[in-house]
Amino acid sequence: MLVIIHLTKKFDGYTALEDVSLEVNDGEFVCILGPSGCGKTTLLRLAAGLDFPTKGELFLDGRRIVGVNNECGFVFQEYVLFPWRTVIGNIEFGPEMKGVRKDERNRIAQHYIDLVGLRGFENNYPHELSGGMKQRVGIARAYANNPKLLLMDEPFGALDAQTRNLMQGELLRIWEKEHISALFVTHSVDEAVYLADRIVVMSARPGTIKEIFNIDIPHPRIRTSQEANLIRDRVLKSLGTEIEHARNK
Amino acid sequence: MTTFRFEKFAGVGLLLVIWEIVARYKLLFFLGIIKMEGLAFPPTIPSVAEAFYQDVLDGTMTLSIGYSIFHLLIGLIGAVLLGIPLGILTGWSKRAEYIIDPIIQIIRPIPPLAWIPIAIMMFGLTHQAAGFIIFIGAFFPVVVNTYSGVRGTDRKLVEMAKTLGANEMNLLTKVVLPYSTPMITSGVRISLGVGWMCVVAAEMFGVSKYGLGWKIPYYSNIFMYDHVFAYMLVLGLIGYGMDIIFKRFESWKLRWRETI
Repeated sequence: MLVIIHLTKKFDGYTALEDVSLEVNDGEFVCILGPSGCGKTTLLRLAAGLDFPTKGELFLDGRRIVGVNNECGFVFQEYVLFPWRTVIGNIEFGPEMKGVRKDERNRIAQHYIDLVGLRGFENNYPHELSGGMKQRVGIARAYANNPKLLLMDEPFGALDAQTRNLMQGELLRIWEKEHISALFVTHSVDEAVYLADRIVVMSARPGTIKEIFNIDIPHPRIRTSQEANLIRDRVLKSLGTEIEHARNK
Repeated sequence: MTTFRFEKFAGVGLLLVIWEIVARYKLLFFLGIIKMEGLAFPPTIPSVAEAFYQDVLDGTMTLSIGYSIFHLLIGLIGAVLLGIPLGILTGWSKRAEYIIDPIIQIIRPIPPLAWIPIAIMMFGLTHQAAGFIIFIGAFFPVVVNTYSGVRGTDRKLVEMAKTLGANEMNLLTKVVLPYSTPMITSGVRISLGVGWMCVVAAEMFGVSKYGLGWKIPYYSNIFMYDHVFAYMLVLGLIGYGMDIIFKRFESWKLRWRETI
């Protein structure tokens, strides 16, 4: 699926990522945790082809990623919806770019509107929606483009705790229906433990992969279960030293 | 926006009362501001109404309104047709901006009045000449606003569109243009106002015997201030009316915006 080999990304004056190698398998849900400024977002941008690596390569299904491709569905924390388009207009955007016929893309959009639970809001504009609903649109829009890989950059970071928990459950429900690999950046260990098949902990800048945790707990997971707590504890410890490092720099 | 508010009428009413008192008791003369006692300046409100009525009856007013709107439309349509593409071009391409922007900045401060000789040379005493003067006034707000709108397009939206498969053309027509529409629209609205203000400059050199901008200097030269005032008021009222209509259109067209 997604293969990242010895990836290094430098910006003027600093190194964001250093020698990162990672594989995301078919249908796998990978969460990336790390202190602020460790290059998590940069990693997603490179995977989407929005930036170019300084060294190293990325492959999606065996093909090298050079420049923007529409095979990755990006979901941003700030939703980034097109404010002049209605809910359905936003979700149709990807198929529209591909030249899909009007009635067909309507059908596709409707499918995802139902999937994310936005029926009845098709013709609302983004500013009329709550944060959680906006992100549902963002997720539906990414799915409607039929991506091979979902790239999510703290998608629930702007939501309140309750909506956040609800959206995590929703995301898993969707993800189980439409099994698409996901690379999910988050600051929340809880979130990662609840969602991920694997958790990648990154080090403070320059970002490298510090430790990878496999989580075999079957879904639906119980947030407060013994096993979840155990993993959370280990991840927190691993992350804690990095956050300490980041602060000392 | 255009709700009925008592205060709106109170202000206008007060102004009319003051005007009428100043006119009726010839206060400007007694205060020494104007020297000639016989001059009906400012004219009284009834005399202005009478002048308006006369010119409506003989068709002069109606034709003048028609001609002025015609000239405005020539200028405004020209400004929109040329200004929006030029604004997009300079906003979209750095190189185009380097080449075109200095030219725009040099020409922009030249007042429309200064273009009259050029208008006459190029078009003669025609409606196009009048339209050209209005075009000069209306062009720059459209260009500058379009440019700002395009240049200010949210980079995240552009990137999002790219990851959804948008090519350059899609980016322009499906992201940059819709994003800039509020700015472009407000540019056109400013142009409508500025263009209308240029009507006098556009018509004073005599492209036709009618036109609000022609009639004002014409009646002024023969000291018929009641007529001058009637035409000035019509200019003001039509300008106001056009702005209200445009705002209505704008808020309907841009209903996707979050507004206070």
